[in-house]
Amino acid sequence: MHVELRDIHKSFGSVHANDGVSLRVESGVIQGILGENGAGKSTLMKILSGFIRPDSGEILLDDRPISIHSPADAIRAGVGMLHQDPLDFPPMKLIDNFLLGRRGSFFPERRAAVREFNDLAEKLDFVLSPDAYVDVLTVGERQQLEILRLLSLGARVLILDEPTTGISLPQREKLFSTLRTLASRGMSILFVSHKLEDVEALCSRVMVLRQGEVSGSAEPPFDMRALVAMMFGKDVPIGPRLNGKRGSPTLRLKSVSIEDGRLVIPDVSLEVREGEVIGFAGMEGSGQSQLLGACAGLVRPVAGRIVCRDRDLTRQSYLAFRRQGVAYLPAARLEQGLVSGMSMSEHFILSEGMSGVFVNHAKAEKIAQDRIAEYNIKGVPASPVESLSGGNQQRMLLALLRANLSLILLEHPTRGLDIESAVYVWSRLKDRCTAGTAIVFVSTDLDEIIQYSDRILVFYAGRVSPPLDAEKVTVDRLGALIGGKGWEELETADAR
Amino acid sequence: MRDNRSEKGWQGPAFQAGAVLLALALTALILVVTNAPPFAAFANIALGAFGSWQVFSDVLVSWIPLLLATSGLLMTFGAGLWNIGIEGQIMLGGIFTTWMMRSLASSALPPAMIIALSIVAGMAGGMLWALLAGVLKAFGGVNEIFGGLGLNFVATALNLWLIFGPWKRPGIASMSGTEPFHQSLWMATLTPQSRLSPAALLLAILAIVIVFFLIEGTYLGLRLKAVGRNSHAAFLLGVPTRRYLLLAFALCGIFAGLAGAIQVTAVYHRLIPSISSGYGYLGLMVAMLVNYRAALGAPVALFFAALNVGSIQLPIMLKLDSSLAGVIQGTLVLLVLMAQGLRMRIRKRRSLK
Repeated sequence: MHVELRDIHKSFGSVHANDGVSLRVESGVIQGILGENGAGKSTLMKILSGFIRPDSGEILLDDRPISIHSPADAIRAGVGMLHQDPLDFPPMKLIDNFLLGRRGSFFPERRAAVREFNDLAEKLDFVLSPDAYVDVLTVGERQQLEILRLLSLGARVLILDEPTTGISLPQREKLFSTLRTLASRGMSILFVSHKLEDVEALCSRVMVLRQGEVSGSAEPPFDMRALVAMMFGKDVPIGPRLNGKRGSPTLRLKSVSIEDGRLVIPDVSLEVREGEVIGFAGMEGSGQSQLLGACAGLVRPVAGRIVCRDRDLTRQSYLAFRRQGVAYLPAARLEQGLVSGMSMSEHFILSEGMSGVFVNHAKAEKIAQDRIAEYNIKGVPASPVESLSGGNQQRMLLALLRANLSLILLEHPTRGLDIESAVYVWSRLKDRCTAGTAIVFVSTDLDEIIQYSDRILVFYAGRVSPPLDAEKVTVDRLGALIGGKGWEELETADAR
Repeated sequence: MRDNRSEKGWQGPAFQAGAVLLALALTALILVVTNAPPFAAFANIALGAFGSWQVFSDVLVSWIPLLLATSGLLMTFGAGLWNIGIEGQIMLGGIFTTWMMRSLASSALPPAMIIALSIVAGMAGGMLWALLAGVLKAFGGVNEIFGGLGLNFVATALNLWLIFGPWKRPGIASMSGTEPFHQSLWMATLTPQSRLSPAALLLAILAIVIVFFLIEGTYLGLRLKAVGRNSHAAFLLGVPTRRYLLLAFALCGIFAGLAGAIQVTAVYHRLIPSISSGYGYLGLMVAMLVNYRAALGAPVALFFAALNVGSIQLPIMLKLDSSLAGVIQGTLVLLVLMAQGLRMRIRKRRSLK
């Protein structure tokens, strides 16, 4: 099915999110849509999939203009969207999710549905059991489920919004081969991403958006530098590697074991030294978040000891870790790290531990103003944190870190950020390292892990590799380990 | 549990006023359907609440416990807690006050001292009962709504057992409560006929003023607000959330216990089975209506008290049931909450445009 968007305009207040965007995608084409955060990619896709209505402009499917008022209209017309966070219902069975959104009689015909589910899954070579529950699936499998559901609803145009976030390398390969199969059968695929390597590996054409306008398009072979220039209007230099001069140990884990539901992480020992960066790599749910939580006192190990700066903090709470200079930045910034409805200066009152009876607003505002200037945050002290963009929220979290920390723990520090913001975040973190703070972070982005870590721990289903030297390890090797391959030789090498 | 303070302009007040008018119109409609004259009914309520100093002082008598309950609930609401258990906390306040009164009645202490000690005991009682709900929540993972509801039943049973058991009137245990205290142990009222105690009024006003400053100007209020809005983030930012959760319960319990103590020492002069008289639930409605804004707590509570007192004479004057006040209060809360929801939708739609 051909898709055509003609001269789409959409404004949110004073922001022109889409400013006369036109795009034509022939059937069988995998169209990449690149752009940094806020470039207008998501708005454009939400217009096509019926979540938002454009201010003006036309949508044509197979050269016929149609009007789409809701996601239900869109799927009826054959346009399905796979969201960044899968829209499924974890406590339900796969087959029940599969049946959702489908029109028909009051009592669903389950047997026919199961047959259809299995047929579709087989055609795409997915291994999914219709009777399993969604909450045991990985993000990649949940995407597969969603693809099946959209196909069964008659989707002939598939939109994917940042689908490679949070899935492993093998799952990414599987997703890409599925998309190629679907395209070869005449589907049009719109692939939204800010990852250049995804686009390079998959897309047959690319359109780049910048500040709501089409800033260019390209066909393979892609010139990466040209694409980056189209996205940002300039080259973004990535900072040099920081070769850590390692100081004395900040945090020591001694034979720590963690149990969380079915996940068992046995016997991890690790020494984190001053000024060092350690990356935790692995598929999401492999145990890295639990171990990171244990380093902050948020997860209580079942065995082992944790010592921070010569003080034994085993079985102590996060607040005791915090007193020793440990800070923890969660992945979900607005949900877990910031308090919606409260202003930036109120956040500084909390984080700085200002005390007394009556709030010293003047002092808080002064701190807020200084930090806003220092971290280049777009906002004023009285701005509620939820009004900040994702990149600015991450800057805000960095600004909230106290001075003289001994250890900063981060979950997905640059997830969802554009390259410029990501580079900025790491430059600030490196400043901290130079001052002697150690950093441990979890990421699914292998480039980020290799680029910024001194040492890397790989997690696979609760197994933890010995620390690998980031300078000697390759992306391929890491990818294999994350997917569960190459562990035997790792262990023999380790035993030697 | 939304905050409207960030909004500016005429829209907020316009929606609120619209909701109030609509609530009155709906109540009028109900009256018309039941063949009663709506305007006469409203006029009677107004007259019954503000027609004379006598009735207005009754409004104030009922304003005192309602204001105290509202003050306490503003603390727990602020911390994101639905303290349904406030009814039981008021009852325990009454029970502890009675207990202290009975223990000290025959002592040589001056009456003012006995009353003061009994009120403090009542505050302690309310606080303990609230902390019980808090501990169940913080350490047992029991949702405060269910914990509070359960504790309300226990408090009612305890109250009835005391009135019909250990503390029963000599000879005749009855629903009318325990034996009244000696007149010297009654809190001083304006006139001998009046039930309005200036000291109690002062305490209630003091309570809402304290809560206003706690919420608006102190570190404590700010941290409670952070815990209420996102306790995980507050914890990561270094707020000991469990301690603040218990603190919110304790503060609410103190105010609720004070309400119970005043009902015992100033209004009924004894422990009665319905010592809380539903002021806790009514306070929940007020707190929901004012939506965290402590400054509005006093006038709205006064309005609710006036509705309650003003409708008392409806059965005599118009042969209408006095529960009309409850109908108005209920519709009002529903419509104001609906108006807030509506406004959010409109704002959201506008921001999407």
